[in-house]
Amino acid sequence: MTDTIVLDGPREEFEEQAPPATRVRGYWQSVFYRLRHDPVTLVFAAIVLAIVVAAICAPLIAPFGPYKESIVGRLKPFGWRGHLLGTDELGRDMLSRLIYGGRVSLLMGVVPVLIASLTGGMLGVVGGFAGGRTNTVIMRTMDVFYAFPSVLLAVAIAGAMGGGMANGMLALTLVFIPPMCRVAETATTQIRALDFIEAARATGAGTATIIRYHVLGNVLGPVFIYASSLISVSILLASGLSFLGLGVRPPVPDWGLMLSTLRQSIYIVPLVCALPGLAIFITSICCNLVSDGLRAAMDVRM
Amino acid sequence: MDAGLTTDSHDRGGPRQPLLIARDLRKHFPVKGSGKSVQAVDGVTFSVGKGETLGVVGESGCGKSTLARLLLHLVKPDAGELVFDGDPVGVSGGIAIDGLRRQVQMVFQDSYSSLNPRMPIRDSVAFGPFVQGKKKNEARHLAREMLSKVGLNPDLFGPRYPHELSGGQKQRVNIARALATGPRMVILDEPVSALDKSIEAQVLNLLRALKRQFNLTYVFISHDLNVVQYISDRVLVMYLGRVVEIGPIDAIFERPFHPYTRALLASRPSMDPARRVEEPPITGDPPNPINPPAGCRFHTRCPFAERVCETMNPTLGAGEGLHSHVAACHIHDPRAGHSRYGSA
Repeated sequence: MTDTIVLDGPREEFEEQAPPATRVRGYWQSVFYRLRHDPVTLVFAAIVLAIVVAAICAPLIAPFGPYKESIVGRLKPFGWRGHLLGTDELGRDMLSRLIYGGRVSLLMGVVPVLIASLTGGMLGVVGGFAGGRTNTVIMRTMDVFYAFPSVLLAVAIAGAMGGGMANGMLALTLVFIPPMCRVAETATTQIRALDFIEAARATGAGTATIIRYHVLGNVLGPVFIYASSLISVSILLASGLSFLGLGVRPPVPDWGLMLSTLRQSIYIVPLVCALPGLAIFITSICCNLVSDGLRAAMDVRM
Repeated sequence: MDAGLTTDSHDRGGPRQPLLIARDLRKHFPVKGSGKSVQAVDGVTFSVGKGETLGVVGESGCGKSTLARLLLHLVKPDAGELVFDGDPVGVSGGIAIDGLRRQVQMVFQDSYSSLNPRMPIRDSVAFGPFVQGKKKNEARHLAREMLSKVGLNPDLFGPRYPHELSGGQKQRVNIARALATGPRMVILDEPVSALDKSIEAQVLNLLRALKRQFNLTYVFISHDLNVVQYISDRVLVMYLGRVVEIGPIDAIFERPFHPYTRALLASRPSMDPARRVEEPPITGDPPNPINPPAGCRFHTRCPFAERVCETMNPTLGAGEGLHSHVAACHIHDPRAGHSRYGSA
């Protein structure tokens, strides 16, 4: 992205004219090169990808419908009559509900982080680059949100606005904006003090141009890495909201909600009841490890 | 050096008009909470002639870098004016600050932080022309040209990132970047002080060659007297935000007026083992620029300080024309009544 930032046209021309003697990689090329040589990250990225694909293609993969109930087939163990992972308290197929539940959970994990990265990131870049009073106003406002624990804040916002998926997402977005803003602000403040910003200013470039070409590329890395680590947090928080009845409403399948309703049956089919928790755990830990891998791969000075 | 000037199409005032005049430039940085301020640059006046290299020397913290930034309006001066080739800068009827930045560029000391780490160097070089209205293709073409002018193969180095380059190569890129917008004047803020001696010589020779090729005027800031002597036509000596002496290079190095300049020159290691420098000629740290001494700012460290030095601020003599050699010292001012007047 950054390597095509100023001049994105005739790059190919260069390579055609005279191939460089030594292999020269662009920034993103070298990031992918390092990622390719990191098996741990690759494995976990594959798992995340599998979960995402399963969620998207749920109707094709799921063996049963997620809402198909059965009075006789309630709370059955693994493998009962073709129900590979058993059934829940209404006799619905667990595997199908887990696959469908991934849709909601992943959406709740990704969308708030995405929106928060954009808004919080922009606020942080503007505050960090402007400095002075603008920065103080923005950052002190963010600090107000820091006064509350994130779970409490999410619960309070979702509770105040009423449950539902959209409100849950909004609550999570509001929770993630302050930390996102702080990451962007810190990165921008560091970049702003460097001489190349001054050199750009010395050519007569305006603030918007400097931010676009010189600041964003350098802030994108830290923001991206932090955002990828927030996805798992978001999935967990969303599950928590659903568990408390503030997120998705039944009968929509959602991992947090499933965990909440199945907890009463934990003594009857403990393994089946633990499945939604396991799904949350696997997804969030994979997201975290992939984010760690990205952090390493995106470090330029390696 | 003056011969090429007539061919410069931007030249307006003719070769005899100074390219840049700084008058009484002042910049005090407020210190938070104390109500006091650091007097980084305090009433600096000088001119830079067309096609010359003006060296600026002084200890660390004497305001050299602030002065460089003031000349480009990267730091807004508290007071004083700049006149670029006859046009006052930033006032109506003169040239705008943007206009100044089309004609003056800067090379920074820290070659690492002065290049965007996420941008291939050809894009860093092309950025200036692009911002100043060139098409992307033209800007890129220009960047290739400039890279080869500074001795870097554009095919090999163009797509590289700053961390893949050595210090000397990065400084070459910085020079290419500064020259890409076609400036008439380049401010070099300690451009070689972070480089190895061997690389330093290469870069200095490159700067000399480029100056000839592009009819440039340099303001060369350094704390290294040998480097300044090698590259400059005239020297300006700064002490605690003020100009203490200015004059042609030979005059200053052979017959320095100001005790501070003498001390600086004497502090150079001797190349002759028979004439070792036995004692440090100047002791102590420079006084705090937040609370500079009254009168002559050098009087706290000057071996010839007298009462008049503590009370009266010495002025830089007027001199005749651009190439006069003047110093701000009471010893050289008949009106000051210093007992050593005429002895030095």
